[in-house]
Order: sequence, then structure tokens, then C-alpha cells
Amino acid sequence: MAVLTEHEAEKLSNHKQVLLEVTGIRKYYPIRGGVLQRVQGNVKAVENVSLQLYEGESLGVVGESGCGKSTLGKAILGLEELTDGKIMFKGKEIQNLKKKEKLKFIKEMQMIFQDPFASLNPRQRIGHALEEVFTIHTNMSAKEKKNTVLDLLKEVGLKEEHYDRYPHEFSGGQRQRIGIARAICLNPSFIICDEAVSALDVSVQAQVLKLLKTLQAKYQLSYMFISHDLGVVRYFCDRVLVMYLGHTVELGSVEDLFNHPLHPYTQALLSAIPRPTVQKKRKRIRLEGDLPNPADPPGGCPFHTRCPIAQDKCKQEKPEWKEYGSDHFAACHFAGQSILA
Amino acid sequence: MAETVTVTGNERPKKKKKEHEFILTAKKLLKNKLAVIGLIIIILQVGMAIFAPMMTSHDPVKQNLAASELPIFSEGHWLGTDNYGRDVWSRIVFGSRISLVVGIVAVSLGLLGGVTLGLLGGYYKKLDGIIMRIVDLLFSFPGILLAMLIIAVLGTSLINVAIAISIWSIPACARIVRGSVLSIKEKEYIMAMKSVGASDLRIMFKHILPNCFAPIIVFATMRMATAILSTAALSYLGLGAQPPTPEWGAMISQGQAFMWSSPHLTIIPGIAIMLTVFAFNVVGDGLRDAIDPNMDV
Repeated sequence: MAVLTEHEAEKLSNHKQVLLEVTGIRKYYPIRGGVLQRVQGNVKAVENVSLQLYEGESLGVVGESGCGKSTLGKAILGLEELTDGKIMFKGKEIQNLKKKEKLKFIKEMQMIFQDPFASLNPRQRIGHALEEVFTIHTNMSAKEKKNTVLDLLKEVGLKEEHYDRYPHEFSGGQRQRIGIARAICLNPSFIICDEAVSALDVSVQAQVLKLLKTLQAKYQLSYMFISHDLGVVRYFCDRVLVMYLGHTVELGSVEDLFNHPLHPYTQALLSAIPRPTVQKKRKRIRLEGDLPNPADPPGGCPFHTRCPIAQDKCKQEKPEWKEYGSDHFAACHFAGQSILA
Repeated sequence: MAETVTVTGNERPKKKKKEHEFILTAKKLLKNKLAVIGLIIIILQVGMAIFAPMMTSHDPVKQNLAASELPIFSEGHWLGTDNYGRDVWSRIVFGSRISLVVGIVAVSLGLLGGVTLGLLGGYYKKLDGIIMRIVDLLFSFPGILLAMLIIAVLGTSLINVAIAISIWSIPACARIVRGSVLSIKEKEYIMAMKSVGASDLRIMFKHILPNCFAPIIVFATMRMATAILSTAALSYLGLGAQPPTPEWGAMISQGQAFMWSSPHLTIIPGIAIMLTVFAFNVVGDGLRDAIDPNMDV
């Protein structure tokens, strides 16, 4: 299939150390109803997702709203209880850990949240908010904490005098920097960025992405970058995972996935990226219909209701998750077939 | 103030020390004119309660049937006397002790119980059902009936009145707090605190509770007013202050019989209750705005 560029090959060979391995995780939200509040069904937010994340890489996770991207992130962090599946971090199983053991892993895995306006307690000065993380995990003295926090503020591009301010006194970009400071303050090795830049202006987005890259280089961070902005993912990530209705649809390096998308859904997503061009109009693939109800997903391939190349086979059989090129996976019976034809 | 803090080698000059939270809040509160008026009334009342013997020349319970039902501005009794010839001013002054103490005790106890139940119920889904059913149970009794029941069990005394009123305040408070907790606990900053490993207790008391202050303060000040009125109502029924104890509510109920001949016997304690209620309400409103960092007064 796709030929790896030299740069890519080097990257892959250097970073093959698996940091996080997720095997077959499921997250169902029960639907209760009736007089007795019995479980009547499940919303299948994440359905049988397996992936590996290498040290030092950025893995993009893309998909429509409601496809389970954020739930996947939260489930990995243990913020959502898993219905099923296994999560290995640095070779240790971390799902369903006891509270005390969990605290150790929390230091290693952190999250940057989507809405910088909602992710900070409005009644807490930001200096205190950051110090609190150290209060939970270390027994530093008040002075040590304050100094560490002041250094941290500088590190993420804020000023010392911001220490005493309340969140409402900051702009969105600055707040997101505070969120980043909170995520990096314990020296984690893995950070989940849940739509970390979607709420920001484009110019501010660029600054924040740059900051994330700088920090990645400095601390050898791995990112799981959840986003619906393919342009940002292309710029920021090494590999991309495409999700649809809680299922993984395609996984591959940015090069492979953007140049040779295998799955029809990926192809449709890519055709939706606006590109300034003077050449002839590209054919745009328009997906018909809405996202199916995740409480009652279609049988067979979950995408068959909207897939332009779906055939009878897709309605009956669930496609397997198969490797089609070096580290390029997809789940489609007709992987690689263009839907433009 | 140029303090310096030594940091592992390099020195970091500290800017002018930020004012303490409390002083900032107080400053904000004092900018609110209505709140200042309310504060003055409350301070006057507290002063009145503390220095009651110095502010009156008459014993509030001493009867003088020769000088009964004197109108206001009578000689020696500027607010007149009641049907037993007791000085109304003295009774108002001494009555403020009872009203304030019962109000404050009742509201504090009610808040303690209500906030705890509300926090637990709102935060832990499993406890929610049980706690809210208990609250429903308390709600199902009419307030006064519940208070009467409690006093009947505990015996008649002003402290028992305070306890009864506090128990009656618990369900409303629990409901209000639970509602706020339910909405706040879904906020992203709570998720963020969980993601850095904060314990449930820390999240409840450091992050959720402070964000519920606005409704709690409004509730507390309104309840303060209700508590004073309920004490009056219970006294009227003979369950609160026992005669001849001077208590505002009891004064109204006793004066009621003389509404036409001596209206000041009901109007004056009524004004006292009204001023207190008003003062607590405006101070509560001011306080709610003052502690909100988003409000720059």
C-alpha cells in the first residue's frame, strides 16, 4: 500500500515502544425506563475499541459528534467506568484499580478539557487551583507549591501576576493554557486532549497547538488528540483513528490516511475538508441521512445505512478490523474501494 | 511592601501583597448601599440585645396595672405600655435577644442539616433516593404541625423552638442544595478535578459547596425571617416564649385583643419584626453578590 516516507519510517522505528494498549473496550450507558427503572437497553457509546499508543506520538481521534471519541478518552482515564475491556498502561492493567493505586496512574495520565470556560472552578484563584493538584499528590510546603506554580505559569506562557486572578479574568486561550498547566504539572507521560482547541479562535488555536508541541518535545509526552477538525489533526498528529458510532473505522499514519483512505467513511470525511483551490471543483461526497441511534445500531457494518458502496454483505456481516498496510487498519469489506467512482 | 521569597537560588520579588479574601468581600459589601442599611439595622439590634439592661429604665416583665395601655409618647414610656402596664420599649429591647438567638440558632442548625443532606444526596446517586424520601416525609407535614410535634416531644422552651424550626428548615434547604449540586457536579471543572485525582470530599466541599453559596445565602436570610415569624407563631400558640417572657411574636398575639383601643401593642413589635426581616434579606442579597468573584461591584 502506501509507501512510508523516510521521516515516517524513522518515526515509527524510533517510537515503537507501546505506552498504552487498549483491548476490546466497551462503554454502554444503560437506558432505564418503566416503573421499576429496569434496564431496557444500552446506548453503545464505545463498542469494541482496540488500539495501541506509542511513546512520544500524537494519536488523533476523529469522528462526528456522538461517535464516542470523548467517551473513549474518559474511559481510558478511568473517568467513566468500563463495561468491558482491558487497558494496559506501561505494561500494567489499570482498569478497575483501587483508589490509592489509581492516584499513582493519575499522575502519569492527564486530560485537557474542551471548554476552557467550564473547566476551571469560577470561585478559585488560578494559582490556588494549580496548587491544589500538588496538595493532592505531594506534601510540598506552601512556599514550594507557590514557586512551582509560578514557574509553571511561565512555562505555559502566562505571567506571575496571573497567580491571583480568577478564571473570569482570562481569555479563552489563556484559560486553555491554565488547563494545560494543570495537566502537565505532575509530569505525566500521556495527555488526552479532548477537543482542546475547538473552542478557540484560529489564531489562538495555533498558539496553543504550538505550546502543546513544545511541551511534547520537552517532556516526551504522548498525546491522544480528540478532535473533529481534520486540518488540525493533520498538522498535529502522527497517526489518526477514525471512529463512527462507537466503532473504530480506520487507523493509520497521517500520511497514509489522508492520502489513501481505505474506509468509505474516512473518504467522505476527508472530502469535507474545505480547501482553498483554483483548480476544478473536486467532487464532494455527501453522506445521506443521520447518524443511526447508538441505542439501536444497525446490524452488520454500522456504516452500511449511509455508505454509498454498501452491498448486501455489509448489512449482514460485521467487517473485521484488518491490517491493510504497515500499521494501517480498517474495518470494511471493500476497504480501499473509492466511493467517488 | 517589598517582601522577598527565596526560591532555590534565584530570588523572586513579590508584588504588593494581595488583600485577604475577607477584606475584599467586606469592601464589596460596603459598596452596596442597601446592604449597608441592613447591616446597620442588624448591628443596632445586636447592640440592643447585648446592652438591653442599659437601654431601658423599666423591667420588661414588671406589671403596673395603674399605668396600663398608655399610648406612645407617654411620659416615662415613650412607646407606651401594654394591658398590664409593662413598658413596650423594654419588652421590644429584651425581646430582640430571643428573636435573634432563636433565629440564628434555628437557621444555623437547619443549614447544617440541610446542606449536609443536600450535598450527599446530590453527589451520591445511591444515597439520593433515601435522603430525598426522608426529606419528602418531612415536607409532608405542615410546618407548624411538625414544629408542634417536635416541641410536644422535647418540651416547651425557646431552644426547643429553635430546634423545631431548624428541623422544619432542613427539607427545603436540602432540596435547594441538592438541585445546585446536581447541576454543578456535571460541570467540566468537577470532571477536571476528578481527572487530577481529587477525593470526593475535596470535590464536595472545595468545589461544589462554594459554588452553591448563592442560593444557600438567599435561603438562609429568608429563613431567618421565617424563623422569627414562626417563633412568633409558636409563641402565639403557647408553645414558644411563655408569658411573661418578652418576645415579639408573643407581644403581637397578646396585643391583638387590644387592636382597636391600643394599636401600638401590635404595630410596634410588627415593625420590629419587619425591620429585622428586611435587614437580613438585603444583607443576604448583598453578601451573595459580594462573594461572587464574577461580580465587580
